[in-house]
Amino acid sequence: MTTPGTVPRTEVERVAPPSATLPVVVVVGNPNVGKTSLFNHLTGQNARIGNYPGVTVERRSGTVQVGSHAVELVDVPGAYSLAARSAEEQIALEAILGTSGNPRPSLCVVVVDAGQIARNLYLVVQLLELGIPVIVAVNMIDEVRESPPNLEALSRALGVPCVPTDGRRGVGLPALRDAIARALREPPSSVPAIRYPKDLLSDLDGIRAALPEEWTSGAAREQALALWALSSIEQHDELEGIPDALRRRCLETRERAAGAGRDLDLEIVGSRYAFVDRILPELYERVEPHPPKRKVSERIDRVLLHPILGFVAFIAVMLVVFQALFSWSEPMIGWIEAGFGWIAALLTEHLPEGLVRDFLVQGVIGGVGNVVVFLPQILLLFFFIGLLEDSGYMARIAYLMDRVMKALGLHGRAFVPMLSGFACAVPAILATRTMEQKRDRLLTMMVIPLMTCSARLPVYSLIIAALFPPTTVLGGLPLQATLMVSMYVFSLLTTLVATGVLGRTVIRGRRIPLLLELPPYRMPNLLGTLRLMRERAFVFLREAGTVILACTVVLWALLSFPKLPESADAATPSVAAVEAPSAAATAASPVPAEVTPIEHSIAGRIGKAIEPAIEPLGFDWKLGIGIIGAFAAREVFVSTMGLVFGLEELDDEAVPLRERMRAEVNAGGKPTYTPLVGLSLMVFFALSCQCMSTLAVVRRETRSLRWPLFMFAYMTGLAYLSSLLVYQGGRLLGL
Amino acid sequence: MKLAELAVRSPAHVTRVLGAGSFRRRLMELGVLPGTRVEVMGVAPLGDPIELLVRGSSLSIRRADAECVEVVRLLESELRVESARESIEELAGVRGVR
Repeated sequence: MTTPGTVPRTEVERVAPPSATLPVVVVVGNPNVGKTSLFNHLTGQNARIGNYPGVTVERRSGTVQVGSHAVELVDVPGAYSLAARSAEEQIALEAILGTSGNPRPSLCVVVVDAGQIARNLYLVVQLLELGIPVIVAVNMIDEVRESPPNLEALSRALGVPCVPTDGRRGVGLPALRDAIARALREPPSSVPAIRYPKDLLSDLDGIRAALPEEWTSGAAREQALALWALSSIEQHDELEGIPDALRRRCLETRERAAGAGRDLDLEIVGSRYAFVDRILPELYERVEPHPPKRKVSERIDRVLLHPILGFVAFIAVMLVVFQALFSWSEPMIGWIEAGFGWIAALLTEHLPEGLVRDFLVQGVIGGVGNVVVFLPQILLLFFFIGLLEDSGYMARIAYLMDRVMKALGLHGRAFVPMLSGFACAVPAILATRTMEQKRDRLLTMMVIPLMTCSARLPVYSLIIAALFPPTTVLGGLPLQATLMVSMYVFSLLTTLVATGVLGRTVIRGRRIPLLLELPPYRMPNLLGTLRLMRERAFVFLREAGTVILACTVVLWALLSFPKLPESADAATPSVAAVEAPSAAATAASPVPAEVTPIEHSIAGRIGKAIEPAIEPLGFDWKLGIGIIGAFAAREVFVSTMGLVFGLEELDDEAVPLRERMRAEVNAGGKPTYTPLVGLSLMVFFALSCQCMSTLAVVRRETRSLRWPLFMFAYMTGLAYLSSLLVYQGGRLLGL
Repeated sequence: MKLAELAVRSPAHVTRVLGAGSFRRRLMELGVLPGTRVEVMGVAPLGDPIELLVRGSSLSIRRADAECVEVVRLLESELRVESARESIEELAGVRGVR
């Protein structure tokens, strides 16, 4: 389980870690033990964010001064055990051993929750078995003030230093630094006296012989790695770089053991826990079934997980999150748009007319605006995610909603990202980071853009207002409002169906059962949350932002070139979601021309060229251009259509555009845009992936081109077929 | 009996973990092992998943997966010993404050 961690002042790691020569110290621990805030406190302002080789897992690292020398601290994703099923889980072992392109660590700091030592020691034992130098940070020591574990006894029993810390307040960090410095001088190591069954030991000898050369170093470590291989390798695992000989040997061993009626997993896990259970009585006078911290959480859960009160609280929390994304972000987006409008106006005023000015104002400023405009929603969403994760409520959301999400073949943790999709797919896709399983994450990402995001609203508003009369239907329901609500219901249904279908076909994967820890409630850490927001914003700007900017420039060029020969300064379209100010376009009011500049442009020609393809959906080339322009962001459809009709300065209501669309007639003198065309167009916008920013973010999060391309293809295909069905079906019904 | 059938807040001991593969291994790694005390702390409002207390931490799994865990309820005598110990300690705690 990886929690979305936090990093102070995120510096961007563009190449390999710069301090490859410094001694490397890895920080490992179970999820929810405060490992990330401890890491943040230690690294202070010097953290970087990069990527583990080969997988889509982020790697946080930072330089720390301990004693007289600096070390490179690496935050390994949280895990309950080193045993792995997937390449993502495998990186814990690789980072600790320094294999597969990772630097070889000199020391491992394992962070345990002082209140959950009985379970956390399992991971510590695995690390000790590997024979690497270990020190234990007994974190959240403040929570067990009443019955603290005897750390001297723990240190004696494990044979390595144990340091009490409180990562939230930074207590115990000087001692931890000293312990790190001392451990680097004299590496502490100790082989735990685990009594494995004799049969298992002889199995391990057989597996040791098949270990790859990179892993062989001393009998103790080889035995530990043989244990790892035997625990991890199975018929359908997704591990990488496992030699065939080793895989065969492990599977044979399992088969043989099963034949002899032995239970290998029980032998391995049971022996380790037996060792832990021999230590525990030395730490406490009595091992309580209900630790004190638990009791407080149990009391809170009596309300927050209550069948009625729990859902009331849940809905209230979700309403706040949704309201923030949907409404509170609005003024901030407005300021950003106004700010970029002001810059654009300034440039327009001071630069000579011409190509350079247009490029800067509409391509570059518009493009940067298109990127920055997402920041309010991203920051707000990660503000809430940080608080929810930190407080322990995020796990409760997953617990409450798992029954619902299970019906979709997803995990309870998919709920918050899916809900966010109603505001905007971009932050919602970034929020899938809180999900542990790669398959669930991918599936959630693929269906999020089907939710009715806020960018679809201006499109629906225009179409409904322009093409549907304000009458009532079905005995008094206002037609226009009913249509709007229907679009939401439609998107919910398509999302459910798509999740079901994709989850059973393209993104199948094995069903992974739920194993969800409900951590004790804790006060959220505001500083950590702010760091998380900053980190996510930086990563978005750097990695998705550049793609969005480039796409904006390309779209601008498509919509601007070639220019009309006579009036070069006629209105050029703004592809930016952040509208260039009217001053940019109204320097010269265009004489109503036969051909608008946009019709003459490449995009206009493409619109005309694809007319035969979109005609069966009821769309003419003008709508074709609108759809191309809307690729920048769906709401740009409105301004693009304005330009197609030679209209400028559309206000929010876009009244002139509505009238023009209503007045448009075809060769036969009949209205071109009938309500049926409107319906077909809305269905098209509900399903198609008209959003380059979404694709850019999917590319970043999956680190592949394959998934954004797949998303674009399946959504566009679905949109085309559905609109075709609506339009042709409607015609058959005589609409 | 099966863990899925266990009443809420009725402590039990795990006797067997059935099934195979990585889920079973993970479940055991989180402490659900033969001989370990487990307690169902609650059921999610929609009926699934259930919340367990194992080794002092709270873990939730789906009902269908809880079918794989066989348990035996703690004997009346064992429960009495547990609660007697708790009340003695509480008493001692109160005295300490005074």
